[in-house]
Amino acid sequence: MQNGNRRLDILILLGAAAFLLVPWYRIDRGFFGLSWVPDFPFSSNVAPGLLQIASHDRPWIAIALLLFLIGASARLMTNASSRGLLMAIAGGAGVLFLAAQGLAISFSGWAWTITETVFGPLSQGQPSMGAGAVTLSVVFVLFFAFGLAERGAMKGDAFITGSISLLIFLVTVFVFYPIGSMFAGSVQDFDGSFRPDGLIRNMQDPGIWSLGCITGDGRCGVAWRTLWLAVMTGLGSTIMGLAFALVATRTQFPFKKGLRLLTVLPIITPPFVIGLALTLLFGRSGVITEALSALFGIEPGRWLYGLTGIWIAQVLSFTPISFLVLIGVVEGVSPSLEEASQTLRAGRWKTFLKVSLPLMKPGLANAFLIGFIESMADFGNPLVLGGSHGVLSTEIFFAVVGSQNDPSRAAVLAMILLTFTLTAFMAQRFWLKGKNYATVTGKGDSGAHIALPRGLNWGVHGIVVPWMIFTVIVYGMIIFGGFVKTWGLDHSLTIEHYAKAFSISFADGAIAWTGVAWNSFWTTMEIALISAPLTAAVGLLTAYIIVRQKFAGQNAFEFALMMSFAIPGTVIGISYILAFNLPPLEMTGSALILIACFVFRNMPVGVRGGIAAMSQLDKSLDEASLTLRANSARTMRKVILPLLRPAITAALVYSFVRAITSISAVIFLVSAEYNMATSYIVGLVENGEYGVAIAYSSMLIFVMITIIAGFQMLVGERRLRRENRVAGTAPKTQSNSGTQGPSVQEKTA
Amino acid sequence: MTTFKPGSVVFEHVRKDFGSFTAIPDLSLTIEPGTLVTLLGPSGCGKTTTLRMLAGLEHPTSGRILIGGKDVTMLPAHSRDVSMVFQSYALFPHMSALENVAYGLESSGLKGKEAKEKAEEGLAQVGLAGMGHRLPAELSGGQQQRVAVARALVLEPQVLLLDEPLSNLDARLRRRVRTEIRELQQRLGFTAVYVTHDQDEALAVSDTIVVMKDGHIAQSGAPRDLYEAPASSFIADFMGEANVVPCSVVSVEGGMALVRVGDLEHKVPSSGARPGSAQLAIRPGAVGVSERNGSGLAGKVLTSAYLGDHVEYEVETAAGTLFVTDHTVTTPLPSQTEVSINLRPRGIALIAA
Ligand SMILES: Nc1ncnc2c1ncn2[C@@H]1O[C@H](COP(=O)(O)OP(=O)(O)O)[C@@H](O)[C@H]1O
Ligand SMILES: [Mg+2]
Repeated sequence: MQNGNRRLDILILLGAAAFLLVPWYRIDRGFFGLSWVPDFPFSSNVAPGLLQIASHDRPWIAIALLLFLIGASARLMTNASSRGLLMAIAGGAGVLFLAAQGLAISFSGWAWTITETVFGPLSQGQPSMGAGAVTLSVVFVLFFAFGLAERGAMKGDAFITGSISLLIFLVTVFVFYPIGSMFAGSVQDFDGSFRPDGLIRNMQDPGIWSLGCITGDGRCGVAWRTLWLAVMTGLGSTIMGLAFALVATRTQFPFKKGLRLLTVLPIITPPFVIGLALTLLFGRSGVITEALSALFGIEPGRWLYGLTGIWIAQVLSFTPISFLVLIGVVEGVSPSLEEASQTLRAGRWKTFLKVSLPLMKPGLANAFLIGFIESMADFGNPLVLGGSHGVLSTEIFFAVVGSQNDPSRAAVLAMILLTFTLTAFMAQRFWLKGKNYATVTGKGDSGAHIALPRGLNWGVHGIVVPWMIFTVIVYGMIIFGGFVKTWGLDHSLTIEHYAKAFSISFADGAIAWTGVAWNSFWTTMEIALISAPLTAAVGLLTAYIIVRQKFAGQNAFEFALMMSFAIPGTVIGISYILAFNLPPLEMTGSALILIACFVFRNMPVGVRGGIAAMSQLDKSLDEASLTLRANSARTMRKVILPLLRPAITAALVYSFVRAITSISAVIFLVSAEYNMATSYIVGLVENGEYGVAIAYSSMLIFVMITIIAGFQMLVGERRLRRENRVAGTAPKTQSNSGTQGPSVQEKTA
Repeated sequence: MTTFKPGSVVFEHVRKDFGSFTAIPDLSLTIEPGTLVTLLGPSGCGKTTTLRMLAGLEHPTSGRILIGGKDVTMLPAHSRDVSMVFQSYALFPHMSALENVAYGLESSGLKGKEAKEKAEEGLAQVGLAGMGHRLPAELSGGQQQRVAVARALVLEPQVLLLDEPLSNLDARLRRRVRTEIRELQQRLGFTAVYVTHDQDEALAVSDTIVVMKDGHIAQSGAPRDLYEAPASSFIADFMGEANVVPCSVVSVEGGMALVRVGDLEHKVPSSGARPGSAQLAIRPGAVGVSERNGSGLAGKVLTSAYLGDHVEYEVETAAGTLFVTDHTVTTPLPSQTEVSINLRPRGIALIAA
């Protein structure tokens, strides 16, 4: 109870501060700029909540104050159960009320006609929520959480109820609210008026749904093209990934290390770079195109610009991910099953086809679906290679930035895209449920995998070797391309692109960052550095809650979180600008929106890595800590985090790198002030400045390799020491939670 | 020297559901301060669940739990005055033995140095003085077990909980460690709740044994009472093997009952039985087998196995097949031998139910 009182006191102080000490509403020039301090507290723009009620004619805030006081009055009660109930009710009602008033009352008064007719017109509206309103929302969420804890929820653990409540609150605000806004946006204009005709018109647009390519008149709609591309990419990357996995585990291939190394590439390669390299090779003025034209007089064609080109780039980009998924699956097939098959007079081919392959089926389906979703979500390659044959993700982009400026079209396209990926995601979840035959057990399963049938052996090598050579060429191209004058015309070496991007000069004893890239480079680093620890923290906390706690609605919670993995970046981007451009929450143009976007986009991977690592930790370790008088927060800090160090580092690296390389959502959210490296590079490509674009990309890849290598060395050491330490104490549990794709460790391994 | 204020434990109509499955339907139990009580029962009967509710790791669906007279039903694990020795020990692998023992002390607000000193003391108490710097992985199974006990004991809890603390030790060590635990408990005088599924262990260490079955208490009492006066055939069989055979109680006189099995008559403590039909628990060692000589119950040897210091028989009789261990016979009887069965004075109990 003493504990309960202390945290309640803190909450009450925080709530009081929200009403008294900070501006209630959003400050246009930024809260942290402190430009509001001189006018505080009397000017209407910057007044705190209490003054807004008293002297600025915003009486509805009084309801929030009332609910807060009700929650605070719980401090005077002693009966834990009724006190908890009061806090929970006040907190829950408070959050709902703040959300409702924020949505219902906008700049000029009621946002909805129905409320206007019921309550009568308001004398004035309100701007977006600011420090005061946001703080109070959090206070209410915690009232709710602590109230539940006092009533005995989650074994009375306030840290756990608080974490769960905050996570649900954040995911609602940053994932579900934007998606919901997007749905609303499809029937609205940018000014918010209701106009369903845009939705209806776009839904019926033959440009989206036409089946012309089958019936024989014209092109197919963009929805079908995207679907077709995704299926082909899924198939292509699965077959390639399987070939790779077989080579890596079932043959005497001499370059297995190199093969594994290649799998790191896709996470450190900005997604459009492959497309860019392909252009340099096969584009109209690509080296190979020119060579062929010179040698055989083959007319340079535009075949690369379209679905074929995108497909090649995507298969190249996503094969490594598929490989990572499938290598676990291929290794998971128990050798003794294959040996058993052979003793039953089945030859190698029969064993492979009748035993090994069927056992891998769920894994193959998984790899296919991952390729499918990644292809749907890919934005960079179609942007570089699509030309006029766009896919959904690029069409969404052009619907908002282009001359069309049609938000309802963007919303419709985004909804279609989301429907495709979510369907695939659900199919994956439900179809694969309980179908994991991976037969790795804790028991030593001796025996060796049988060799591949000869034909198959040749086949997989025939796929893998050219791919490796090709990849090496592509990356060589990327490095080389930054050093030639004008690609395709003048191949003399130069460092002028690097100089243009990264030049530094010294003036008056100070460094001047004169290169054009520095601005976006530092912004990128800053945002990546801020969002990486947040992502890791949110991801691992979520993993802890999913693995270690049981509560009502847990499955829904986990499902909702994982689902955000299937939301394509483009959809996130468009939904963020639709949602956070207007009250009650305005964040567009700020660094905050980029950070929120990265945290909630990359979190599922952190969650997955955390789940995998956490399932290896004996649960009795945390329970022992609890019975030793440590509360959950201390348990987390002293026991779980130290044992999870490798997973933490992996999550940090992953989210850092992803924040640097991603483009699809970012391109919607950058502003003049906060421009990110990738969107800057895409701008360069659009201007035809390939040299600088490539130089910048190479630099990013180099920076990330350095960072990963640095982390790897750190983690590597720790891990060795830790494994010595862990060995032999707690009984090891073999877990196989990774049915969903590569875990973080795998990715950076 | 550590000083304990041993606490009592009370379960009042505690019920525990896991989803739609009821692990504990309605449990009421009182544990006197300073005693060692074992929860004994087959796997899955709800022993661990009961213990975990006491620790605060599970919360009851309904009912109340009191420790030292205080209602702790809603209290989280870390604010309860109990501590627990885990089946897997759950030593933190990244902390040394000393750090492990000091952990709980530091969590309760003791300063680093003080905590270390007390932890050293705790390690010395379990005979591990000077081993504090070792990591758990560098200790043997028995030593790890003792670190786990020390870690729980230094907190001087009102109640110490032990969940199958010996199950990860080999048979020889088990006997020694259980004696050590019992000695420690009697020396320091704390209340202990000890979970096991091994009746030998329970008989060896307990003041009171609580036998559980399907989430219910089947019987509780002193070890001797349970062994000698089982309340049901389940208890009789669980507390050391027993042949449970139907019998009829002929008469009850002065605390002794005359019972008849087939044409064999025998006197046993009456355990409150009344004349009529009843059941008799016959320990395998309480049966004498000899070649058919007219007296006793007639039977025929079905199987016979020579095990060095004794012989095991299965004997078919009119009262059912009896399992018999014979420590006296010099020449084993081969199977199919016609035999006479006699009952010895000890090792036979009337089941009251
Ligand atoms: N967390 C849980 N969820 C569902 N069922 C459980 C859980 N813990 C225990 N049970 C069930 O409750 C019953 C009692 O378990 P337990 O107390 O562990 O038995 P034991 O006597 O072997 O220690 C068992 O049937 C077990 O399956
Ligand atoms: Mg158990």
